[in-house]
Amino acid sequence: MKAKFLVPLFLFLVLVGFLAFGLGLNPREVPSPLIDKPAPAFSLARLDQPEQRFSIDEMRGQVWLLNVWASWCVACRQEHPVLVDLARRNLVPIVGLNYKEVRGDGAIDARGMALEVETAQAISRARGWLKAHGDPYQLSVLDIDGRVGIDFGVYGVPETFLIDRDGRIRYKHIGPVTPDNLQKVLLPKIEELKRAG
Amino acid sequence: MIPELGHFALVLAFVLALVQAVVPLVGAARNNQSMMAVARPAAQGQFLFIVFAYGCLTWAFITSDFSVQLAATNSHSETPLMYKITGVWGNHEGSLLLWAMSLSLWTVAVTVFSRNLPDAFMARVIGVLGFVSLGFIAFMLVTSNPFDRLLPGAPQGRDLNPLLQDPGMIIHPPLLYMGYVGFSVAFAFAIAALLTGRFDAAWARWSRPWTTVAWVFLTAGIAVGSGWAYYELGWGGWWFWDPVENASFIPWLVGTALMHSLAVTEKRGAFRSWTVLLAISAFSLSLLGTFLVRSGVITSVHAFATDPARGMFILALLVIVIGVSLLLYAWRAPKLTGGGSFGLVSRDTTLLGNNVLLAVVAASVLLGTLYPLFLDALNLGKISVGPPYFEAVFVPLMTPVVVLMMFGPFLRWKNDEMGAVVRRLAPAAVVSVLTGVGVAFAIGNPTWRTMLGISLAAWVVLTSFQLLAARLKDRHGGTTSSRLSTIPAAWWGMWLAHFGVGIFIIGVTLVGSIESNLDLRMKEGQQADFAGYTVKFRGVVEADGPNYDAMRATIDLSRDGRAIATLQPEKRVYRAMGMPMTEAALDIGVFRDVYVSLGEQLPEGDWIVSLHYKPFISWIWAGCIFMVLGGILAAADRRYRRLAERSAPAGAAAHAA
Repeated sequence: MKAKFLVPLFLFLVLVGFLAFGLGLNPREVPSPLIDKPAPAFSLARLDQPEQRFSIDEMRGQVWLLNVWASWCVACRQEHPVLVDLARRNLVPIVGLNYKEVRGDGAIDARGMALEVETAQAISRARGWLKAHGDPYQLSVLDIDGRVGIDFGVYGVPETFLIDRDGRIRYKHIGPVTPDNLQKVLLPKIEELKRAG
Repeated sequence: MIPELGHFALVLAFVLALVQAVVPLVGAARNNQSMMAVARPAAQGQFLFIVFAYGCLTWAFITSDFSVQLAATNSHSETPLMYKITGVWGNHEGSLLLWAMSLSLWTVAVTVFSRNLPDAFMARVIGVLGFVSLGFIAFMLVTSNPFDRLLPGAPQGRDLNPLLQDPGMIIHPPLLYMGYVGFSVAFAFAIAALLTGRFDAAWARWSRPWTTVAWVFLTAGIAVGSGWAYYELGWGGWWFWDPVENASFIPWLVGTALMHSLAVTEKRGAFRSWTVLLAISAFSLSLLGTFLVRSGVITSVHAFATDPARGMFILALLVIVIGVSLLLYAWRAPKLTGGGSFGLVSRDTTLLGNNVLLAVVAASVLLGTLYPLFLDALNLGKISVGPPYFEAVFVPLMTPVVVLMMFGPFLRWKNDEMGAVVRRLAPAAVVSVLTGVGVAFAIGNPTWRTMLGISLAAWVVLTSFQLLAARLKDRHGGTTSSRLSTIPAAWWGMWLAHFGVGIFIIGVTLVGSIESNLDLRMKEGQQADFAGYTVKFRGVVEADGPNYDAMRATIDLSRDGRAIATLQPEKRVYRAMGMPMTEAALDIGVFRDVYVSLGEQLPEGDWIVSLHYKPFISWIWAGCIFMVLGGILAAADRRYRRLAERSAPAGAAAHAA
């Protein structure tokens, strides 16, 4: 076996070393453009009291989570028990952003539906869903047309944003929150933010 | 029930892959005919089971069975039927199944079309392919089962990623996978040869058509993917040096080198250990490409499945397949010396030079792709390597490749005379440079990039015709038309593919030099001038599709008062995912495309309209089509079929001779 014929194998093994290490890194941690920027301002009707509006200024001074959800979202159902459990522990307030409750549901043709009708449907669907699966939210707001979702750069439901006392987005979780994510990433970050202020 | 049947079929395919991997190899080692004979039926049976499994998965998508997790996350009851079918591979698990199916298809093709191979060699080839298949099916069964149930079933699916709901995406992945996976055949031939230590001209001749066909698929796949990016991503670019594009381009570069190296090995017996290394590398890099895309090691738009456990599994697979191959190579390759010697000025030299250059380009692209990962791993910060790096490396390295590419066919094997060749090609070289400089000034873009690009393209086109003329010139008598008919298909293939490179370079150069774009804010009825055209914005209407809501703009394109086209770009929001998409509208022409995409609506009701003028962009695809046709001609050459006939029963063989 001549040494020069081992060169390809050697180079390959070096590459493997890097790749193995790379697997431990999280490519999703690549900063989202919104990270460390003030959360986009919004004012939306509350799910529990639709005549009242909620704006994010009300959360100033608190570290909180904004969780984007909808009753039609399959993966939301998967993360929901995790959120219910988190809420029970009273560590952090969670605000739900109910995203396109009606028109986001592919089973419904919301075209030409009057906004009041759509809103009324959204409220009954969303309330029914929370009743059935538990309500982890301090409150939920209704993003009927998805505009606020777009401001937040939501491209899939569920997504979860961690927002600090000054109203800045500090972390964004895409996809369902798993107990593992919660324990290893979200909770330490929440603790850190709480201590910081 | 049907998904369970599919899952079960996959398990059976796994068992058959195990049989296919082990029994023939043991048989070949012990020279046991009946064990070797297991290779074919095992491979064919495995193929049937994988196709069945694939059919079951497709059925779940077509019938919107959202109790299957994969269908629930990648389909929707309102998704058009075509995209329900293609949605099967628009995700991690399904695309692996497609990968395994195409590997199995290639294996069956080998069992059918290479009946002339010696039994022991065939057994080894099929055995090696069986091992690869075994790894991939195990990967699916262990970490990525496409038939996983979602219980209770979802009432509605989340729909296929809207980016993938496009005609280009119907054919891009299958073509690409056929190309990637096709290199497995050349790989298996190389491993089988390493196992036996037999590397003769026959080995190279057997490998050549397989490699060429795989290369054809890969070329077509990359071209379609590039076309898709051009019109679907909405900003008019056609190549982004995105890690996933690179993952397909690196095997292409190495595969191109392999194709040419096999030619030398077949004709001259030279470069044998180098050819074997290229054969191993081409497939290894395809596997690496799969790893990069599927593991999420490198962030990219394409990496929709990121899961370290899966990444670990593929990495282990890589280590086993590639590591063992390279170990085998290190052990056996030192014996592969010899082959004909050749002089400095010879076709052999140009081919070797280009092979080495292509390998270096491939290594540079790989380095650029993985560099961010290396730095991150060494804790030197997060960076991204963009097009400037790749262009800075690619252009200087590919320039000599293109120049040498046209020298080669004019040179004789083994040894030729420098003076004669230089005298023959000097006029073409001078005219090429003058053309490059002239065109660059004529189009008002006298940059070195334009001059170089046009000079290279002119060089390829001029020397191509010179080569054809020389081929048709009187050498052994006969009329021009009779000489035309004696040119073998392989020669035409070579000629056409090289010519295609020239056409491709024209497209790339001119798009880069004289394209222009303009973002406008437009009101209904407003007109604007752009690149010599007049653009009139007629307004926006709602135009909803089966699974999306859309706003459709109507834009009239005219030139000097003459109507040219009415373009209707759309802005869509796919309902299930709430994902906004830009559908550009194109007026495609031979010498230019006009490309319009609809941007955001401004609060006052105006719209942002993005206009692109893309000269000669069709030439990029035309160049690729020439390369693909060239590859098809080369693979269809009669001598490969004669080879097959020769292996037929003795009587027929005698007749053919």
